[in-house]
Amino acid sequence: MNHTLARLARIFLKNCLRIAALLLAVSIIAFALVSASPVDPVQQYILGLGSAISPEQRAQIESYWGADTPPVQRYLNWLRDLLRGDLGQSSIYRRPVADVIGERFGASLALMLCAWVLAGVIGFAAGCVMGMHKDRAADKILKKICYALSSVPTFWLGLLFLLIFAVWLGWFPVGFSAPVGVLSENVTFWQKLHHLLLPALTLSLTSFANIALHTRQKLVEVLSSEYVLFARARGESPREILRRHGLRNILIPALTLQFASFAELFGGSVLAENVFSYPGLGSAAAAAGLQGDVPLLLGITLFSTLFVCVGNLIADLLYGVVDPRVREVGA
Amino acid sequence: MEQKKETLLEIHDLSVSFRMYTRALEQTQLRVISNLHLTVCPGQIVAIAGSSGSGKSLLASAILGILPDNASVQGHLHYKGQELTPAMQQRLRGHEIALVPQSVAYLDPLMKVGAQTDGTLRPKPSEKRRKIFDRLHLPPQTPQLYPFQLSGGMARRVLVSTALITDAELIIADEPTPGMSLDQALEALRMFRELADAGKAVILITHDIDLAVEFADRVAVFYAGTTVETAPAADFRAGEDALRHPYSRALWRALPQNGFVPIPGFQPYAGNLPAGCVFAPRCPYKTARCEQELPPVREVRGGEVRCFYGA
Repeated sequence: MNHTLARLARIFLKNCLRIAALLLAVSIIAFALVSASPVDPVQQYILGLGSAISPEQRAQIESYWGADTPPVQRYLNWLRDLLRGDLGQSSIYRRPVADVIGERFGASLALMLCAWVLAGVIGFAAGCVMGMHKDRAADKILKKICYALSSVPTFWLGLLFLLIFAVWLGWFPVGFSAPVGVLSENVTFWQKLHHLLLPALTLSLTSFANIALHTRQKLVEVLSSEYVLFARARGESPREILRRHGLRNILIPALTLQFASFAELFGGSVLAENVFSYPGLGSAAAAAGLQGDVPLLLGITLFSTLFVCVGNLIADLLYGVVDPRVREVGA
Repeated sequence: MEQKKETLLEIHDLSVSFRMYTRALEQTQLRVISNLHLTVCPGQIVAIAGSSGSGKSLLASAILGILPDNASVQGHLHYKGQELTPAMQQRLRGHEIALVPQSVAYLDPLMKVGAQTDGTLRPKPSEKRRKIFDRLHLPPQTPQLYPFQLSGGMARRVLVSTALITDAELIIADEPTPGMSLDQALEALRMFRELADAGKAVILITHDIDLAVEFADRVAVFYAGTTVETAPAADFRAGEDALRHPYSRALWRALPQNGFVPIPGFQPYAGNLPAGCVFAPRCPYKTARCEQELPPVREVRGGEVRCFYGA
């Protein structure tokens, strides 16, 4: 047990160092890209003020934002503030970047979590059905669906869903995370869920195919293994084989895949949230990019890096806990 | 000879072929077991000896009905006098017919050894398992281990336990002893002997002719997918002259204690079998007839031999 804990702590520390280094690299690249881009944060800020200003005022603002300091110095200043916990002011929301990210991420988390669980559970189940019925009708049909889903872009699928379920059938609202015209403290859980479901479904379908096909492949491998042959020799029925050996042996790769899918999930959420006008981090990222909100863009870049890294870290740690071959080495 | 006893398993003219695709979607049948005869009686250990690639393990799969989908079986299998149908195989395997597989790869890598040995038997045979593990000198913590934590010898003993724990009438042991120490191997074989003496039957597929001869009642010599001779084990102990088939004699002479003399040539590969006797290309006594015609199985001195001239 102590052995396991020590090893997990080692993995954790090693990964934390790696994540820190990666964040630093990402921050440098992101900052360099923004500096080199035609986006002018000062201009964007002035536009955001909404009133005309004189050239003197503009010069003042420029020196306040440090437009005349060299980029390296600017980066170091920004990094120093960042380490103090200050991500700067968002020019489109007029609020501290950290607050915006915090609030938006809350909404996105609900969406991504729903999509993640949905994709994981349905994808796993579909993968099991395909693997058990390899090369028979159920497998062929599901496989075609998976190929179709993985080649369809998320935003298009989202638009299609909107058209069918929200416009034609009227089952779901067309957008937003709550009904329009209701105070946020009066929004019920069911209303939130109602608004969440369609974007979550869209988002889940992007990783569903991946999970289902991987699960199928893994199950096919397991079922052609010698230990499954032996299980058959011992009179176990296909169902018993799936329950006793199949699930046990495909669960670990499935879990790893599931946690490693955070990147796709985040990427997909940008598209899904925009289609459904869902006020999450993804739509904020798109807005920040389109409207040149540099502090918010940098903040979200770093945050999403962290998010994906944490997913991978969890996958690594989980592997060590769940797989006895990793867990009990030397025990 | 207890020849006239009721048989438990009778195999007549068994052939197993695999459907294979050669170039350009051309289908061919690759025959790996051909015209095999084998009779197993209750109370007997029948050893099947032969070199690698002679189709010994496939025979086990054919009896259990767990051949891959692209395999087809011709010939007759009878169990307790009844035709062994796929439905019957499904009902019998794991209960009346048990397999001892070849290697630790046949154990689920993520299931603890104890649960795995118990299998799907209900109620859980924990007490019986403990006794078998004790008898095979497996340490008391063995049930809590995962297969990857077993040494080679321990894994073999666990594999043997999976068969011993059932009340099978027929145990097919596919190379059960390599990796065990001599003592462990002897103990495992002694357990098979006890089972046989209690009226069960054991098919012992092995490379180790010495151990096989020591414990078996009869020895079937396997060559290129068929049994060329089935002889009482005593004949192997008696020496070369007691054997009937030129290949069995060559095998006997190739044993280290009997001169270690190899014969030239090599076993023909499945798909490339000679038209007549499978041993003809290497046989010093072959005639034109041997090369054209498959010799029938003949009973000679209480054994069976597939040779025109064996005596």
